[in-house]
Amino acid sequence: MVSQQLKIAMVATALVAFASIIPHSGSFVILLATRAMAFAILAMSVDLLLGYTGLASMGQAAYFGVGAYLTAILAARFHIGLGWDFWLVVVLGILIGAALAALFGLFALRAGGDYFLMITLALGQCAWGMAYRWNSLTGGDNGINLNARPSFGLDLGNAVTFFYLVFAFFAASMGLMYVLVRSPFGRSLTGIRERELRMQILGYNTWLHKYIAFMIAGGFGGLAGVLWALTNGHVSPETVVLTTSVDALLMVVLGGAGTLVGAAVGTAIVFGLREYLSTLVPWWQYVLGGVYVLTILYLPMGLMGIPSRLRQRFASQGKSEGSKRLATTLS
Amino acid sequence: MNAHFWVIQAFNGISYGALLFLVGSGLSLIFGVMRIANLSHGAYFLWGGYIALSVINATGSWALSIPVAGLAVALIGLAMERIFLRPLGSETLRQMLLTVGFAFLFQQGALDIWGGNNMDINPPAMLTRSVVIGGMYFPAYRIFMIALALVIGVTLWLAMEKTRMGAAVRATVDDAQMARGVGIDTNRISMFIFALGAFLAAVGGVAGGAFLGVYPGLDFEMLPLAFAVVIIGGMGSLSGAAIGALAVGLADNFGKALFPEVSYFTLYAPMVLILAIKPTGLFGR
Repeated sequence: MVSQQLKIAMVATALVAFASIIPHSGSFVILLATRAMAFAILAMSVDLLLGYTGLASMGQAAYFGVGAYLTAILAARFHIGLGWDFWLVVVLGILIGAALAALFGLFALRAGGDYFLMITLALGQCAWGMAYRWNSLTGGDNGINLNARPSFGLDLGNAVTFFYLVFAFFAASMGLMYVLVRSPFGRSLTGIRERELRMQILGYNTWLHKYIAFMIAGGFGGLAGVLWALTNGHVSPETVVLTTSVDALLMVVLGGAGTLVGAAVGTAIVFGLREYLSTLVPWWQYVLGGVYVLTILYLPMGLMGIPSRLRQRFASQGKSEGSKRLATTLS
Repeated sequence: MNAHFWVIQAFNGISYGALLFLVGSGLSLIFGVMRIANLSHGAYFLWGGYIALSVINATGSWALSIPVAGLAVALIGLAMERIFLRPLGSETLRQMLLTVGFAFLFQQGALDIWGGNNMDINPPAMLTRSVVIGGMYFPAYRIFMIALALVIGVTLWLAMEKTRMGAAVRATVDDAQMARGVGIDTNRISMFIFALGAFLAAVGGVAGGAFLGVYPGLDFEMLPLAFAVVIIGGMGSLSGAAIGALAVGLADNFGKALFPEVSYFTLYAPMVLILAIKPTGLFGR
């Protein structure tokens, strides 16, 4: 078994390597990496629910969207968030994501399991419908353009500076969520995932635990949305559409639900495959879909589950060899 | 806004509800028996429409396209259930995630086979006329859809209530373990219901193709509506699906006519309200 400290050290090294290599590559790769990191925050928030709490949320795009629209509307209508008040927008984005989750959670958490999935999906569609139809606020189908990124000493218009900022948010989110899932609160979430009834009998208020987890995930979703809006410079109903939620869920499953790193890896792979494979072969979507289907069928723990899978394989092989040797000595 | 407006909008809402019943009832049955929300259901609807278009192009027969599209998609559903969902046993979360993956594969497949253009299914001339009642025009096609949904609904209901197979399905919905215990082959029931659900969705796709059109993205537009139907009506209940479909059809039509800016809200708000009062839907157990 790899110890927890070693795992943290490996992830930290990978992050440092990532942050020092990417800025030296082309502007296309830098933008791609920035987008992937913003989206990875959303994917990790999905993982918080799916991997650690056992709740398959199909409406995470709602919190993502509300953060993105907040950023765009404040910037385009009120010129807020273009200077130091960028940080205010970040805080507001997190709060509005959490607030929306607090509202939606009241309904979604009335039911568990598959009902939860369907209700979050429908609630996410509510958010999409508002973005699509509420022309006077959201610009309808055309969406809203953000003309410039904030500048406050740091000029975020510079792609590399912005990359580092999003990287900082990404790494901080990962760290925070890691602390959260290792905390007693996070442990009880895992308990709920495994056996909710037992947790209830032990005296835990499982509803409240799930509700808080739902709000925290909504907050991270809002943050991801703020960064996404600034990265792309454009927000439209496409941001809130059902496939965004589904994408995030697929990335988590691909990387490995229940490992935050897996959510990030899954995001990186999907973004990378989409950009690179699509220039190479026309049938790249099938590759992505095929990889995904095979992952669910044969790697229930996702890509992050491969090492333990291999260890098991070798361990069982060693054992069978050992028993063979034992058998020969006995005879 | 006079009586005309209300009658026409109500009629449109009911006929839209008839279409939603076809999609929602299959989804509801699949959920009732297998305990999974089938996220490929929208894709079945879309593929039904596309296959019907191909059949019409090849043979020119609209009437033939309905059963062919329905059976073809039922076969797809059957294969999906047998080959991919069955090995996962009762792991419903993995099964649902798998249906998401297939929804994407189907979406891409449809784009490659039939292209990205909006297409329309043209029903025979007999159905494109309007019926005039009391000075109001009712499109014959929408009347046909209501009749189709009624016929299918009644047939399903009779099959569920009066046949041995239907009794076995109901037993599986109520308590799958117990049903296995008394000798019902629930695996066969699952397979059958999954194929039936796919068939209904595809027939809906053909029927809806005449006024919604058939276009990429339709799959993920129908899916949430079908879910709304099932959530309102309660899962595994036919009568629930009928009521849910009517409610969603009417809410959607009146919402779009009366409050266009927040029309999706009027569609999903009743659903949320019902859930707040009764989390398992109106007819759910």
